Amino acid sequence: MGGWQVYNRIAGFMLLGAVAAGVGSCPASAEDTFKIGLIVPMTGGQASTGKQIDNAIKLYMQQNGDTVAGKKIEVILKDDAALPDNTKRLAQELIVNDKVNVIAGFGVTPAAFAAAPLATQGKIPEVVMAAGTSIITEKSPYIVRTSFTLPQSSTIIGDWAAKNGIKKVATLTSDYAPGNDALASFKEHFTAGGGEIVEEVKVPLANPDFAPFLQRMKDAKPDAIFVFVPAGQGGNFMKQYAERGLDKSGIRVIGPGDVTDDDLLKDMGDAVLGAVTAHIYSAAHPSEKNKAFVAAYEKAYGSRPGFMAVGGYDGIHLIYEALKKDGGKPDGDSLLAAMKGLAWESPRGPISIDPETRDIIQNVYIRKVEKVNGQLYNVEFETFNAVKDPGKAKK
Amino acid sequence: MTTNVQSDVAYHARQHGRWHWSEFAYWIAVLAVGLAFPSRYLIMTEIVRLALFALSLDLILGYAGIVSLGHAAFFGVGAYCAGLLSAHGLIDEPLLALIVSGVAAMVLGFVTSFLVIRGADLTRLMVTLGIALLLEALAERFSNITGGTDGLQGIDIKPLLGLFEFDMFGRTGFFYALAVLFVLFLLARRIVHSPFGLSLRAIKNNPLRAAAIGIPVNRRLIAIYTVAAFYAGIAGALFTQTTALASLDVFAFDKSADLMLVLVIGGAGYLYGGLIGALVFRMLQEVFQTITPQYWMFWIGLVLVVIVLVGRQRIHAAALFVPNLILKQLAGRKAVVALSDNEAP
Repeated sequence: MGGWQVYNRIAGFMLLGAVAAGVGSCPASAEDTFKIGLIVPMTGGQASTGKQIDNAIKLYMQQNGDTVAGKKIEVILKDDAALPDNTKRLAQELIVNDKVNVIAGFGVTPAAFAAAPLATQGKIPEVVMAAGTSIITEKSPYIVRTSFTLPQSSTIIGDWAAKNGIKKVATLTSDYAPGNDALASFKEHFTAGGGEIVEEVKVPLANPDFAPFLQRMKDAKPDAIFVFVPAGQGGNFMKQYAERGLDKSGIRVIGPGDVTDDDLLKDMGDAVLGAVTAHIYSAAHPSEKNKAFVAAYEKAYGSRPGFMAVGGYDGIHLIYEALKKDGGKPDGDSLLAAMKGLAWESPRGPISIDPETRDIIQNVYIRKVEKVNGQLYNVEFETFNAVKDPGKAKK
Repeated sequence: MTTNVQSDVAYHARQHGRWHWSEFAYWIAVLAVGLAFPSRYLIMTEIVRLALFALSLDLILGYAGIVSLGHAAFFGVGAYCAGLLSAHGLIDEPLLALIVSGVAAMVLGFVTSFLVIRGADLTRLMVTLGIALLLEALAERFSNITGGTDGLQGIDIKPLLGLFEFDMFGRTGFFYALAVLFVLFLLARRIVHSPFGLSLRAIKNNPLRAAAIGIPVNRRLIAIYTVAAFYAGIAGALFTQTTALASLDVFAFDKSADLMLVLVIGGAGYLYGGLIGALVFRMLQEVFQTITPQYWMFWIGLVLVVIVLVGRQRIHAAALFVPNLILKQLAGRKAVVALSDNEAP
């Protein structure tokens, strides 16, 4: 009899399975809604990226309403945990089942890559709000970026370091595409300016224990270390930097601004004082637009917005403006045409979308970590206007 | 007398080995679901892949009693093998590449089985976990071959048999994966109902007694472990071929741990356990992720705790209440599902 029971159990589960497969597969498509599929990591190691983007988009929609050009905007949030196979599946389902008009988000470079062929095939704009590898926008003619590229900031900090008395630099970068981008651009500009790289370390992305690497750095006695770690890992890095006493041995921290991300900067401790970074956004950016943005964000979520939040805020603004400009036409090609060349004042300063590369053109600021009203901030002291992505300008 | 006993055993074995009508119904239903939801191919493909992977673990855990927390090692080897074969254009036919990838994982399974058969459960957990971590670290170290964290670039899966293109909607991928699952399921079914499979059960129940009645315990365990590695490798290769992706995540500990959960939900020790567990696990994930993208892990955890506390038997009884009513109407009293106290057959 034992066998029969099991098989009957199987029969029962088949019914369940059939019902379960039907759940969530009945899309409701109304003529007057405009759907945005937002795919970001909400769990796992990159969760802070997704949360900031999600927060910023909600804030923008509160401030600007959810109706544009007669269309009601609906954002469908999906968690991909930064795994590209999830991203690909979610993007496909959003395009096919939910009939979204735009896919957006993409916390890490592999995720943006995975969705690229779907954007091309589906003729749907892919708005990259976080991932920063230069080559992303070349993977599909439908990709538009509102975050930044690592060469944008790394080349500038390279030039700055060479001009400001830093001779020897050790580098510590996360071993994946953005880290390699940052390293290559920095090295090129720093050595061209007469600097020397004395130690080069690549740390695994998934295993951010910096202690053993930092000891090697200390032994190499450089003037500064060039650091790139993704948003969310900066706090851990600075903690270990202080624990190993590198701050006391006079080794400065320089790099693209990911390491002093505003999201975590408040709690990094005084070891981070004096770190000089080149980046596209600081919560201390002295403009009215930014002050209002920071105040509203802090009021709504009780934390300081970082550059990921700004990427999301500008991304949703881009979609709103494109929809306004093309008169509410929801098809991908006209949206894309409307997005190209759009320019506006963002909390980070003036930005625009390069009509040729669909990448962002923006100011890059050199900042130093200082105490303002008792809190740590990246205070900007030098501005490079309208920087294009050097990764593409080269070609 | 002895002939009587033997023929008795053979009779019961054959009875167990026979196809029950509900099994036919199951596979027809699976195919029907595949045809009924053409917009959900990708998630269904994922369920099929997970089911095959779970089937692999069930073979060693449910039938031979080998616990493993590192089954992703074989999944990963299969995935990278299929990815490398495609990226370098070594084997263009996906089916052939699939088999080669399975064999690669199988070789690894055979080699590591000698480590696994030593020691008891806790040792095995550690050894299998260690092997998976080792491979993950190797894949990261040799990022010039594997692509490291960014994933292997340039995977371009050619049309299946030169005829069926892997399309954006995942139609080819789904039916391909389903066909592979079905063939390997038939094979697994044959294996567990063979004298070899029966001897595995004897080993699981009591290795000492099994050895005493003349079953070569270690050789049998090596054999089934190798077969299971082949299955996991095929599941990994299917992953790469249907998504055109391969990155370090294929070796991740979560993969092995999730697999345990799948078997906990579905039940180990019967072949449909992994298949049903994969479906339930993935659907739970999907439903919770849709409701709350940020906190779905909490709800999954809660459900798992509840499942373990309430016990699978009682949940099955509740789940089967409606089907039971229908069965009663159709086939009379004798078809009603009674609860068994232990995990049969």
